[in-house]
Amino acid sequence: MPSDPPTVDDVAPEPAGRHIPAVTPERVLAGLALLVPIVAMLWVSSYNKSEPAVAGTPFFYWYQLLWVPVSAVFTVTAYLLINRDEKARKAAGQGGAR
Amino acid sequence: MKDVNVPALVVFVLFFALVTVMGFLASRWRRADNAAHLDEWGLGGRSFGTWVTWFLLGGDLYTAYTFVAVPAAVYATGAAGFFAVPYTIIAYPLVFLFLPRLWSVSRVHGYITPADFVRGRYGSRPLSLVVALTGILATMPYIALQLVGIQAVLDVLGVGGGENANWFVKDLPLFIAFGVLAAYTYSSGLRAPALIAFVKDALVYIVIIVAVIYIPIRLGGYGHIFDSVAQHFKEVKTGSLTVPDNKQWTYATLGLGSAMALFMYPHSVTGVLASKSRNTVRRNMAIMPAYSLMLGLLALLGFMAIAAGVGKGVKGFNAQLSVPQLFANMFPDWFTGVAFAAIGIGALVPAAIMSIAAANLFTRNVYKEWLKPAATPADETRIAKLVSLLVKVGALVFVLGMDKQAAINLQLLGGLWILQTFVAIVGGLFTRWFHHWALFAGWAAGMVYGTWKAYGIASPATKHFGGNAAEIPGIGEIGYIGLTAFVLNLVVSVVLTLVLRAVKAPDGPDETKPSDYSAEAGDEELKNAPEPVAAH
Repeated sequence: MPSDPPTVDDVAPEPAGRHIPAVTPERVLAGLALLVPIVAMLWVSSYNKSEPAVAGTPFFYWYQLLWVPVSAVFTVTAYLLINRDEKARKAAGQGGAR
Repeated sequence: MKDVNVPALVVFVLFFALVTVMGFLASRWRRADNAAHLDEWGLGGRSFGTWVTWFLLGGDLYTAYTFVAVPAAVYATGAAGFFAVPYTIIAYPLVFLFLPRLWSVSRVHGYITPADFVRGRYGSRPLSLVVALTGILATMPYIALQLVGIQAVLDVLGVGGGENANWFVKDLPLFIAFGVLAAYTYSSGLRAPALIAFVKDALVYIVIIVAVIYIPIRLGGYGHIFDSVAQHFKEVKTGSLTVPDNKQWTYATLGLGSAMALFMYPHSVTGVLASKSRNTVRRNMAIMPAYSLMLGLLALLGFMAIAAGVGKGVKGFNAQLSVPQLFANMFPDWFTGVAFAAIGIGALVPAAIMSIAAANLFTRNVYKEWLKPAATPADETRIAKLVSLLVKVGALVFVLGMDKQAAINLQLLGGLWILQTFVAIVGGLFTRWFHHWALFAGWAAGMVYGTWKAYGIASPATKHFGGNAAEIPGIGEIGYIGLTAFVLNLVVSVVLTLVLRAVKAPDGPDETKPSDYSAEAGDEELKNAPEPVAAH
């Protein structure tokens, strides 16, 4: 067992190069992109109804099924944003403090 | 007594034989030099790329029991059973936030189980032990339920001899299926389910796509299906096409709580840690929804079963047989065989991964930690293989010896229990602020509260543990007990941490450092890091 002294997360290692703050537009947007589908699904009263039906399928069902691909689009967006952020951090020599 | 559906049975057996051969050959697939190490048997050498991981996770998370239980819930209750769809929609954005960090820190330190991480992060043996035991406890009934999935299929196929046959003849097919499964899991480890998952997922996709096109054509279209369902619910009053107003909180909290619990399950973590890079994990969170779509369509099959009159007028009809019976009524015999093979193989893949995950937990966090600290990696592999056999025998005894309802109750409880490890694991991925004894107390509070609440719920099928929703104290709405217990767990952990920090209670050592949580395969840091072999 290695017995390093306890470390605390907010004591980041000395950045080797240009400093990139923990909160960047990319990270904020990625967080929002991940939050949207979660909020949409937890807001049950917004979709708990039968009309308008599509091809005989009540709103409740087709709306939630539609959210499956839509949520995937949001997650892909978050993925691309985070990728960009990590590349920037790597380039700045911080190795991505995420 | 029912006749045996011979063409369906032949197709079923053929597919079964195919995956058995694949399971044994899998040990040669991407074989590494260091076969004695637990990373090889228990994590497939941590080598799986994006597509293999996608198939593996899909095969792992969407189990035969899911295929049977989700449409069964929709069949019985309508909209309330559809919560599985928002649940899987929420799950991937949610875990996108923390699974990459779990992958990185596990790769740097050679962690194989979530309890390994807890041990390293908090330096606490008791906390690590309860995380491991919770994982094993939650996994066991889940494995047992995979058998229920196979049983449902065999019942409808007409094998298993019906009610009057003696127990041995009745359960022989189940014995054979599990014996074969145990043998190739033992010899090939995680590589077996990873390879078989290709067949399983392909079959499942084909069957679902055919089902949601072909069956509605035969039933007169979706409009007609929903009309007959509305009519049906008007008569039986057990369900409805939208969620009743007083059940909306239940619907949302079940979705959220289940999504949070999903990647706390040891078998999910095993699937994630087996991938070869941090980015592989992220990419998978973006492509996993393909399975959710399939699950949603599958849920609709419950309505098709109603419209097709499956179980109509049969007193005490088992809702779990509704979809297998629907397939048998609607499809030509040979395609029924394909559909049943999808369900049967759908049971084998998760059962294998779950038994591997439970075996890893026992080996790493009970055997090596408490019983034999000097165990070599080769010892670990040997023990894990043996335990994987024991776990499966245990599940078999459980299903055959005990009431099937007990397995279902325990699986519901398992989700509630595993959710109580969330604070320690996910909290620990972001901060070392929590004190390990506070987390321990929070875990205990959540477990006791949740189990006690669930015990008090009766249903027509069972006196206790008959459901998973109860009034949320302070809010007054009916919500998922597991999530309420989680909130209690979090509050206890926060308050006690404040107290323990105030009295300067001694804390355990943390062997991780901030940069470990963002390490990516190929990083300099990772090359210099102790290889998995040297962990602990």
